[in-house]
Amino acid sequence: MRAFFKLLLLVLVLAPFAARAVEPSEILPDARLEARARALSTNLRCLVCQNQSIDDSNAPLAKDLRVIVRERLTAGDSDAQVMDYLVSRYGDFILLSPPLKAGTILLWASPFGVLLLGLGWIAWAGRRRRNGSVKAEPLTPVEAAKLSSILDRQ
Amino acid sequence: MIVETGHFALILALALAIVQAVIPLWGSLARDATLMRAAPSIALAQFVMVAIAYGALTWAYVSSDFSLVNVFENSHSLKPLIYKISGVWGNHEGSMLLWVLILVLFGALVALSARNMPDDLSASVLSVQAWISGAFLLFILLTSNPFARVGMPPIEGRDLNPILQDPGLAIHPPMLYLGYVGYSMTFSFAAAALINGRIDAVWARYVRPWALLAWLFLTLGIAMGSYWAYYTLGWGGFWFWDPVENASLMPWLAGTALLHCTAVMEKRDALKVWTIFLAILAFSLSLLGTFLVRSGVLTSVHAFATDPQRGVVILGILTFFIGGSLTLFALRAPMLKQGGLFAPVSREGALVLNNLLLTTACATVFVGTLYPLALEALTGAKISVGPPFFNYTFVPLFIPIFFAMPIGQLLAWKRGDLLGAAQRLTLVALAGFVAALIFYAMQGGPALSAAMGGLAIYVILGSFFDIVTRVASGSSAGAMMSRAIGLPSSAWGTTLAHAGVGVTLLGLAATGWGVEKIASMRAGDSVDLGQWQVTLDKVAPRPGPNYRETVAHMTIRSGGAIVAQIEPSRRFFNSRRMTTSQAGLLNVSLGQIYVVISDQETEGPLDTRLYWKPFVSLIWLGPLIMAIGGALSLTDRRMRLGIAQRAKRRRGPEPKTVAAE
Repeated sequence: MRAFFKLLLLVLVLAPFAARAVEPSEILPDARLEARARALSTNLRCLVCQNQSIDDSNAPLAKDLRVIVRERLTAGDSDAQVMDYLVSRYGDFILLSPPLKAGTILLWASPFGVLLLGLGWIAWAGRRRRNGSVKAEPLTPVEAAKLSSILDRQ
Repeated sequence: MIVETGHFALILALALAIVQAVIPLWGSLARDATLMRAAPSIALAQFVMVAIAYGALTWAYVSSDFSLVNVFENSHSLKPLIYKISGVWGNHEGSMLLWVLILVLFGALVALSARNMPDDLSASVLSVQAWISGAFLLFILLTSNPFARVGMPPIEGRDLNPILQDPGLAIHPPMLYLGYVGYSMTFSFAAAALINGRIDAVWARYVRPWALLAWLFLTLGIAMGSYWAYYTLGWGGFWFWDPVENASLMPWLAGTALLHCTAVMEKRDALKVWTIFLAILAFSLSLLGTFLVRSGVLTSVHAFATDPQRGVVILGILTFFIGGSLTLFALRAPMLKQGGLFAPVSREGALVLNNLLLTTACATVFVGTLYPLALEALTGAKISVGPPFFNYTFVPLFIPIFFAMPIGQLLAWKRGDLLGAAQRLTLVALAGFVAALIFYAMQGGPALSAAMGGLAIYVILGSFFDIVTRVASGSSAGAMMSRAIGLPSSAWGTTLAHAGVGVTLLGLAATGWGVEKIASMRAGDSVDLGQWQVTLDKVAPRPGPNYRETVAHMTIRSGGAIVAQIEPSRRFFNSRRMTTSQAGLLNVSLGQIYVVISDQETEGPLDTRLYWKPFVSLIWLGPLIMAIGGALSLTDRRMRLGIAQRAKRRRGPEPKTVAAE
């Protein structure tokens, strides 16, 4: 937690510099390499920022990372190699889309899990209904009078 | 003196809240009419007290009373008046006070309409409301008192965070809070239903206006926040899947499900237990949103007003209300009897599907937002869950929703004809398909954008299909007109709200057709931006009320002819030594030219990012249309229970119409 607050402090200190991102001087002459660099950048987290990709952030670290990405691409690395290199240096934290691992299975499975659970529940409830185990309770006379008075008022 | 009065009023409000939390509830459990009827007047008094407190704080801001810690830390005598007024909620203490003010305002509205409600319902609702307002008043008074004084009043304040000195602050938080707090009303109704052990279509009628109101404001609040982020944060993004954005999206998703669910309950008396659950869920998620923003447990762009200790207290409140209501739910829900039966293929069935997908989407956002926190706490491993994750999971969940929306509208209650509905929509689907082809032919851009654009056209046309066919069955133009007017306004509301979703989708699709340029510009340089040419004329300083500004004067031309001038700038606020970026924006039909500059090194070139974003306005126009739809539904005759008597005198009982939801 202490590390977190240090990070927060850093973020607050850096915040005034926010909002610049990719600088003209960084852009690679080769448009295809540059496009690949941009695509990779949007999936890489600026480690000191608040949920920004290095493509969006202008923190000095983000700039360094953008330059590293471009250097590796220029040196002939594949996209996967660049990502692996950065993960080996900074850990999974740098990936905005967490890799599928033991620790993230629940994360990736949750949408489909919830959907399946919901479908199962609906099917179960539907069957229970059809079996007629649930019957509607008639309104009490007071309620019926109240309801009809409200309906009449329309 | 005024400040002390405000402080005192706030303490009185807490005392009233405690009375209101106990007496009417006791009355409703003991079936004592006198105790129950005490609720409305206490609620009104509580509102007056909180309003006095809020007024006092506003007065302190407007008069720059720096003897208040809160004003000293967040205001400045030179700040424009609008930011003095909106600055009241631009900080933790003031925003919590606004939260409570809206809460008791809604309580007062219930109190005013209590005559039309069963005594036990209004008493229980107001009691539950008072539990909430009491908890938050206690929180304010004990941990975040906006009325705390400083011993030696400083001569000048520290000023409001420059990022917040924007008209967005005047609109975004109040809208969002109206939404969040609106769900406290549906929650109170749900809790009251559980306490009284009674829930029926009448209950749904009372809840529906609140579900609509909360949804309407939350929609506007989120859209406004998104637009604000778009033009302030400076890289033209409008949704970052930031934890705090997610925190507002979750109640919206649950609330949208709730809105559709109350329709089923009201019309068909079905899905009761589920409706209650969604009402609890929507408010729990609103509280969670408050907790996430106020505690700073998650890194977020909203990290301007966080304090871990207060976070713990809010977490306590959160646990109390979620835990309490879920316990109540577990005890009482099995006793609620199920109502109307329906076939799987029916309007109800479609709304169940809607609920399933929306809650799954909500769960996805929930897990994606909190998973990194949980994982780090449990294993120490740090991961990031960012936009790519949500693009893979959240977006696919919404695709079926878009496809199903127009179909669901055409299904009949109880038992529908899926094939028939699909056949009737053939033309609409065809139109969407053709639109996708046209988009692809015109833009040549990403196929995904063209497909999304086609889907958007299908959704928009599909929303109107039902209403158009109902109107078009009139024999003459006059008959059609009277049919169109005669339709219940909730039918128009549904149509517009659904169309709004399509409009937003079209705006999202169009992001793929944008142009981005990053350039180093000197005075006189031009950049081609799609069909536009942007020229930097000069860079010049300009004074502001409480900042200094460097403005880039730019001219936009199209084929040589001057279209407009824009002035992106960087503002330096001396009081906080902070710089903000003001984007240069030009609306061209529904698209925008968007230019941001960075700090210029002395006499060097100016680093500039330029965007042409076609149809981008649709992204925020959509929610506006949705909100107008919600407002139209609110004006529906059946919502106005209180003034229905007048209407009855004017006209006789009307034939039963099948209103679309």
